[in-house]
Amino acid sequence: MQDFGSAFGLAFGLVLSLDPELLEIVLLSLRVSLSAVVIACLVGFPLGALIAITRFRGRSAVLVLMNALMGLPPVVVGLAIYLLLSNAGPLGWLRLLYTPTAMILAQAVLITPIIAALSRELIEQLHDEYAEQFQSLCLSPLQSVRALLWDARYGLLTVALAGFGRAIAEVGAVIIVGGNIANLTRVMTTAIALETSKGELALALALGMVLISIALGINAAVMSLRLTASRHAFA
Amino acid sequence: MPSPEATAAAFGEARGLVYQVGERRLIDGIDLRIAAQGLSLIMGANGAGKSLLLRLLHGLLRPTQGEVRWGGRLQDIAVRRRQALVFQRPVLLRRSVIANLRFALRLRGGDSDRDAEQLLAEVGLGAKARQPARLLSGGEQQRLSLARALALRPQVLFLDEPTASLDPASTQAIEDIVLRAKARGTKILFVTHDLGQARRLADEVIFLQCGRIAEQTRADQFFANPASAAAGDYLAGRLVPH
Repeated sequence: MQDFGSAFGLAFGLVLSLDPELLEIVLLSLRVSLSAVVIACLVGFPLGALIAITRFRGRSAVLVLMNALMGLPPVVVGLAIYLLLSNAGPLGWLRLLYTPTAMILAQAVLITPIIAALSRELIEQLHDEYAEQFQSLCLSPLQSVRALLWDARYGLLTVALAGFGRAIAEVGAVIIVGGNIANLTRVMTTAIALETSKGELALALALGMVLISIALGINAAVMSLRLTASRHAFA
Repeated sequence: MPSPEATAAAFGEARGLVYQVGERRLIDGIDLRIAAQGLSLIMGANGAGKSLLLRLLHGLLRPTQGEVRWGGRLQDIAVRRRQALVFQRPVLLRRSVIANLRFALRLRGGDSDRDAEQLLAEVGLGAKARQPARLLSGGEQQRLSLARALALRPQVLFLDEPTASLDPASTQAIEDIVLRAKARGTKILFVTHDLGQARRLADEVIFLQCGRIAEQTRADQFFANPASAAAGDYLAGRLVPH
């Protein structure tokens, strides 16, 4: 208990003093996960919207696949990206393995199905309400998708947040493709795993506190935005 | 039987229109000619097929049999772009009042503040332009729906019981807008089962019963001396099978 107590004390000290090592890890984590979320949203939102408004043969199978991919095991994604980017792999010439870009790629692959599946569900509900009106207005699928994405914007923020939550907390894929290299690819989750295995609880706890604070802060911000939107009947 | 106006200058035409769900014919062989001008009112009891006929005429539903033509041309997307429909329950985008209107204006290639503000003023919503559309009252939402439909500059405006759940003042406001649109030359097809409203607005009445046209005639003639027994019963307030 004493060890825990002193570890907590040290952790608070690291956070309050803005320890450079801690800061570097936090900033890299944010950079990697936010980039992955942006990529996943750029792909997942339109994909989800398109599947929501179109009916085609095999759609049910696509939906099952999308939902199944939401539970993609991170280590499998990490392994697949590793094989793709390793020297012997088809994209080895890009020399991206053990770089933050590889980690962004891995996280984006991991969360794109989550964002696509959740946005499909959200937009399908909205489309049920708008479908006849859009049909009367003779909107093209592209016009419909644009209008639906805009009108679902506050709901989609929550979807993006779910993706961010998954990305920032992820460890299996980024440790495989990033390698957990100090000052280069070490992010909060991989650092916590490493420091804990070394018995260095102070840094691990400090990173844990930051991780939880970020999650709470972003959730609170999105929640307040959604409440404002609901008050204005936009959500 | 088509009214003399419709026969003289038919702009819209439905031939052998059937809409069937399973074994049941909800629209059962309708032949209809619609004049290019004026307000044609579609009446009938609940379940007679009024809203269904409106959707078939606008092309929102594909008929099981038969065809619809406007200006001699088969109903297609180009024809539908010159039409607009206002639903019984307004479907408004999750945006401000003016953004809802600009959305429609953009679809027809004109999106100026002046056009949007002018239309809003015309429907009495000028002061509410920046408010969220979904926070308007029911009557205001329906006026906005109507303004959005008019922003499309339709040749034919379909109205599906637009005042069904509105108070008299809101109904009056909607009727005024509709009559102004008619005066500007927009063909109006208006579904209602409100007899008072029918008397106030209609130039022609198309009376439906059981998915068929029981009577299509001039409004004054319809109210003074309905030709069909079903319309007579309806006007007398007797129960009419739908």
